[in-house]
Amino acid sequence: MTVLAQALDAAVDTPRVDWLAIAPETVLFGAAVAIVLGRALARRRPLVDEASFLTALVGVVAAGVFTFVQWVVVDGDGPYQAIAGMVAVDGFAVFVRTVVLIATFLGLLLSAGYLRREGLEAPEYHALMLCSATGMMLMASANDLIVVFLALEILSIALYVLVAFDRRRVTSQEAGLKYFLLGSFSSAVLLYGIALVYGGTGTTNLTRIARFLAGTTLLEEGVLLTGLVLMLVGLGFKVAAAPFHMWAPDVYQGSPTPVVSFMGGATKAAAFAAILRVYAGAFELYRVDWRPAVWALAVLSLVVGSVAALVQTDVKRMLAYSSVAHAGYVLIGVQVGNEAGTTAALYYVMAYTLMVFGAFAVVTVVGRRGDRRHELADYRGLAGAQPVLAALLTLFLLAQAGVPLTGGFVAKLSVFDAAVDAGQYWLALVGMLAAAVSAFVYLRIVLAMYAPEDDGPAVAARPVRVDLAAAVALAIAAAGVLFLGLLPDVVLDFARDATQLLAAGGRAGA
Amino acid sequence: MDAHELLELAWLIPAFPAAGAVLLLLFGRRIGEPVAGWIATATIGASFLASVAAFVALLSLPEEERRVVSDGYTWLRAGGFAVDFRFLVDPLSVTMILFVTGVGTLIHLYSIGYMHGDPRFGRFFAYLNLFAASMLVLVLGSNFLLTFLGWEGVGLCSYLLISFWFERDSAAVAGKKAFVTNRVGDFGFMLAMFLIFWKLGSLDYAAMEGAGGLAQTTVTAIALLLFLGAVGKSAQIPLHIWLPDAMEGPTPVSALIHAATMVTAGVFLVARAHPFFEASGSAGTVVAWVGAATALLAATVAIVQNDIKRVLAYSTVSQLGYMFLAAGVGAYSAALFHMVTHAFFKALLFLGAGSVIHGLHDEQDMRRMGGLRRWMPITAGTFIVGWLAIAGIVPFAGFWSKDEILAQAWYRDDYGLWLVGALAALLTAFYMTRQVYLVFFGNERWREAAGGHDAAAGVAGDEPAEVAHPGAGAHSAAGAHGGPHEPHESPWTMTVPLGALAVLTVVGGFVNLPFVEQGLEFLGEWLHPVFEDVEVVHAPSFSTAFALSTAALVIGVGGILLGRAFYRAGLPSGGEDPVARRLGPVGRVLENAYYFDRGIARLVSGPLGAFARFLADGFDRGGVDRAVNGVAAGFRLGGEGLRRLQTGLVRNYALGIVLGAVALVGYVLARSL
Repeated sequence: MTVLAQALDAAVDTPRVDWLAIAPETVLFGAAVAIVLGRALARRRPLVDEASFLTALVGVVAAGVFTFVQWVVVDGDGPYQAIAGMVAVDGFAVFVRTVVLIATFLGLLLSAGYLRREGLEAPEYHALMLCSATGMMLMASANDLIVVFLALEILSIALYVLVAFDRRRVTSQEAGLKYFLLGSFSSAVLLYGIALVYGGTGTTNLTRIARFLAGTTLLEEGVLLTGLVLMLVGLGFKVAAAPFHMWAPDVYQGSPTPVVSFMGGATKAAAFAAILRVYAGAFELYRVDWRPAVWALAVLSLVVGSVAALVQTDVKRMLAYSSVAHAGYVLIGVQVGNEAGTTAALYYVMAYTLMVFGAFAVVTVVGRRGDRRHELADYRGLAGAQPVLAALLTLFLLAQAGVPLTGGFVAKLSVFDAAVDAGQYWLALVGMLAAAVSAFVYLRIVLAMYAPEDDGPAVAARPVRVDLAAAVALAIAAAGVLFLGLLPDVVLDFARDATQLLAAGGRAGA
Repeated sequence: MDAHELLELAWLIPAFPAAGAVLLLLFGRRIGEPVAGWIATATIGASFLASVAAFVALLSLPEEERRVVSDGYTWLRAGGFAVDFRFLVDPLSVTMILFVTGVGTLIHLYSIGYMHGDPRFGRFFAYLNLFAASMLVLVLGSNFLLTFLGWEGVGLCSYLLISFWFERDSAAVAGKKAFVTNRVGDFGFMLAMFLIFWKLGSLDYAAMEGAGGLAQTTVTAIALLLFLGAVGKSAQIPLHIWLPDAMEGPTPVSALIHAATMVTAGVFLVARAHPFFEASGSAGTVVAWVGAATALLAATVAIVQNDIKRVLAYSTVSQLGYMFLAAGVGAYSAALFHMVTHAFFKALLFLGAGSVIHGLHDEQDMRRMGGLRRWMPITAGTFIVGWLAIAGIVPFAGFWSKDEILAQAWYRDDYGLWLVGALAALLTAFYMTRQVYLVFFGNERWREAAGGHDAAAGVAGDEPAEVAHPGAGAHSAAGAHGGPHEPHESPWTMTVPLGALAVLTVVGGFVNLPFVEQGLEFLGEWLHPVFEDVEVVHAPSFSTAFALSTAALVIGVGGILLGRAFYRAGLPSGGEDPVARRLGPVGRVLENAYYFDRGIARLVSGPLGAFARFLADGFDRGGVDRAVNGVAAGFRLGGEGLRRLQTGLVRNYALGIVLGAVALVGYVLARSL
């Protein structure tokens, strides 16, 4: 027996687990498990709903506290890697985790009223949302391609279920199935890419990849490049970059709207974290090779996203296409590939998360029972019946259009600025043109809202109730969008620090 | 409190109307009529008083210190890029804010009467206030970006206000057109900003000192890109097409935004950024000739228009052309002088036109007017003052400012520009005379037209007057409508602004009389610190100046006499316009504004629209899907036959991913070879 134990010990060198490094994920997942157990054990349903809601909120807040602790540690002692170099604890991870936690917190607040309205199972929903957030958090700090893949699967599988959560609505089911099939497919592509990269470099650890590439000149780099591109396909799918975006309109349209408001920003944040860490970080030396590919994705996303949104009549589809365009803007930052670009991309992701959450939150509320009032015509006269909601949606849409004094403006400006500084004039030009075109899409919705009620069916005129939790979420998102626009320096500095600490982490190794 | 401390409060000037806008946007509906209108008027009025205070404070400073940048906060900092939220108070911006808030207050007041009874009364004033706030930010900004912020703001408000009555398709379309056209200009502005920042490292106006050190190509590019922005906003050829259509908006909006203030923003931009235009050898020439061409062509089009507001719209385009002509030759203070006087008399003319439209129950066709001076004496009297001013009759404001522009062109040996400008002046006097006679003199054609027209108006029913009249009768007792089609004079809220503007139109010219030695060139003196780096050209001799002024006066009188000859008796009932008939096919070309509009529309809705549809339907749905379908079919054609062509969507999408991946891999590998 002892011999066997010794042999096992020798064969599997279990790494020391630094619990702080994965504390936020652990807490979130713990809360999810607690909710599921509670649901299974308790009898009285209303109480369970409330309890699971509170547990989820507490979990998110606790994860936030741990993330803050990580920030304090990183800020003081510098970034480090833990658990055999699998995860990195650095400013970059902290930033993205913050974005994910904000989206999750707001998403939970928004969903409470929705679940009650649609009569859906709250505990399962909360648990799934926390699971998905766990995956996103892990993705933010993944320093190994295997962890990237695991995190992607954790976040995706929970999302597949969430998208199909409204079991009585066929469109929700269909969206879930579509998302699942295509998502699995793209995961497979990603995995294939990882395998090829492993074949090319002999490791999946990002730090070791960087070190390997720095010290070796590959004679034959076809395998590595193919792997790089295939990983880009897999991650590009998650951020809905064209031409891998085709699922987005269908899925956004079919999903329960609060799910979209959560996943719209958070999934992009997580996937972009992985893209930045892999490409701008580990494969920095291969910039010459991957930048053209990202360039192509960015331009395609900008053009397809902004132009195709023009002809939609369903507000959710419009916003879905616009999310494709927004992926394009972030890709501009990625494509630049330097510190300024990464900072801009991070800032953009933060701003976008708030804007897209806000927009879909209003859509959720306005969608009414059954979650199907999403035609542009349903928004006619909204301003008359619900002036505050209309004003909020206007704010979020103008922010997405990049109107000054909102976070969206600073976000766009900083990616363009980074692109111009790096000599990427064409990319910046395409971005600006796309911004001009997108402005129409948003204005169409705004104009519809401010059309008089007596014009067309007065659907919007019947008031909708906004519950307290959703109101709080909307207020936070609106305040955030304005804050990012009026005092952008606070978050810009945060993003800049986060980027620098990433760079330092890459150099230090472990 | 000394002058500097006072000027630190410059932010209050845009803050008043901004606060009004927020208040009215949130509670406009609850506040309702007429309080919402009074709140809006009060805020812009307060802003006017603050502007006067700023003017006095600035005047109390010695001339070389008249450039105060108020403390603000740094809005944005990214690397070397910093944007300050600061306001620049100097003679140029103070001149602008004085007439923007002054004319703005009068038009707000007028709107209370004009918009009476409109269901969205509060909203209208919210937009109007928002516009005023944006315009003030535009002119007060201490850097290009802040100006651009205001620039976009006024654009948005203009769009919202043009399509304020969006129940009318034409209004919605016009709004959209204004928006699109302006985006073209804005794009130039944005590119110019990028170039400026790239080359000078700052967007602050103070940084323009370095303009002289830039390469000639760069500085010309910057100047021309800025001018492109100005061309869009100020409706110069070829981006003038939106302004005539913008007349779909309520008339006070046409007066405030599309005549007096917003459209002059382009001229302001050129004046503000004059170091670039001065440093460039050729940009000024382009500006001057585009302005001259616009002045002439728009005037020719105005001759044959029949809509009372469209005449004024083309006239505005033409007068803006004069301003650019002046700015292009380097006579910036002449350009600003004309901007100020034009604001007075064109606002007056528009408000007068609005009063006529109001009094005639939404009639806008001059062929169905005539003889109105007996029914609307105040409107007629003030309109005639405006007419004499724009026609260039001494001593009205327009005479002095237009004369100054033409004289400046002559002094700088640009005789070609002078000739074009003089020709346009002749046409201006002619078409305005035509308008005055068709509306206020001659036979009363509205009597015959009334029967058939009223039914049409009842159906349209969108101008506020239609809503207002049945019950309200605040400005005319319902009994006076015994003969339901008789025109009536407008309420005092509308006639008081007309009177005030008429007075300004009479005396406005005295702010800048062309007697330099006697020290009567007040505006020029006042603006001197701003344009001190610009060469000032004075009349070579008194006799030259006198001869030019006399020539200008002769031209104006000639145009008036010509117009009077044709239109003294009005129009024969049901008859054709005598001038249009004589012009024949040329007249039709003019009536359609050289078919320019239609050409562009065809281009946009044709090839460009097709491109958008192609991308959306074709590329995404049709193209990619079909390509995917096609490829999928190709793969399976051998084994499974054509019946299986109907594939599930998911499979198509997946294949799309594969194709994208293959293309991307191929691209990257091919590059690395």
